[in-house]
Amino acid sequence: MKPQRKKRLFAILATLAGVSIAVALVLVALSENINLFYKPSDVEAGKAPQNKTIKVGGLVVPGTVKRGENLLQVSFTIRDNQSDLEVRFDDVLPDLFKEGQGIVATGKLTEQGHFQASSVLAKHDENYMPPEVARALKESGHPVKDIN
Amino acid sequence: MTWNWFFRLGSPKWFYQMAGRWQPWIWLITFIGIVSGCYWGLFIAPPDYYQGDLQRIMYIHVPAAYLSMMVYVIMAVAGAIGLIWRMKMAYMVSISCSPIGAAFTFLALVTGSLWGKPTWGTYWVFDARLTSELILLFLYFGHMALFYAIDDVKKADKAAAILAIVGVVNIPIIHFSVEWWNSLHQDASLSKLQKPKIDEAMLWPLLVMIVSFKLFFVSVLFPWVRNHILWREKDAKWVKEIIEQ
Repeated sequence: MKPQRKKRLFAILATLAGVSIAVALVLVALSENINLFYKPSDVEAGKAPQNKTIKVGGLVVPGTVKRGENLLQVSFTIRDNQSDLEVRFDDVLPDLFKEGQGIVATGKLTEQGHFQASSVLAKHDENYMPPEVARALKESGHPVKDIN
Repeated sequence: MTWNWFFRLGSPKWFYQMAGRWQPWIWLITFIGIVSGCYWGLFIAPPDYYQGDLQRIMYIHVPAAYLSMMVYVIMAVAGAIGLIWRMKMAYMVSISCSPIGAAFTFLALVTGSLWGKPTWGTYWVFDARLTSELILLFLYFGHMALFYAIDDVKKADKAAAILAIVGVVNIPIIHFSVEWWNSLHQDASLSKLQKPKIDEAMLWPLLVMIVSFKLFFVSVLFPWVRNHILWREKDAKWVKEIIEQ
């Protein structure tokens, strides 16, 4: 390569490296804000503010979904690897809400230590398969979310 | 010399004629690919055990999102080649990429939004993946705006190429956003290093769609580049001959 072209190539690479470092620093500094939600362990560690609208997310622990007397009232526990958090909600849950499913709830942490949600979003994971395969997996003892 | 093909690619006349010859064939393969991929994905492939038929949006959403990033990388690399080798053709390819890439990004955002409402329960949330993809759309818009705002083509080429190169840092951010931060969007189902997390019966039509979208990109890119060639080389003898015909 001619020296001049080499010089231009290095100028481009240097620019790219500089921009990458700058962006990386910004992202690291902002990482708390880029996370969409707090995990139950963050809440337990006291990282989440009380009485402020925040989002929490985790897996719905099977067997903890309880319906209240009021038709829509529902409570359930979400969990990450370390901690649990009780979520209460009185509105329509999304169709894909199921036990064992990941969810993201928006709402406020109350003083009693549970989370009063104003909206619940369902996450889904990156595994796709036909119903027969899912059934076969379940029968052979693999953990698969509930099938309707 | 091994570099010959590279410099021949830099000849507008050669590119114009080559693209003109290949164009109809690539269109034909694209058409066959998209029709058969859609039919396979929408009718033959099984529904998902969890999302049912909704999961079929994937056959459009994933290729569109994939191409939105691939086209950006091509645009940035072509811009860099233009800057380093002062190659006119590379600039023309680079600037032709942005409207096509913007269309793919828009398609990915719209199909993702339509998929999100019935599954997640919302059309939009400012999580890391969705936001970085939206920034990609704005980068494409910025690239086009910058190029067309500058009257001097040479200056416009350079400015647009620099913007394309700087913006390329967004690509790994989009790709890794779901791993680096908590997001509503799930992790990647397809990865070069891992076994795909998608059943084979769904994987094959998806791969057909991805390849067809790539061909579609080429078949849209070619006429766009040829247009740029005619416009910029309008004083060249061979272009005048074509126009007179």
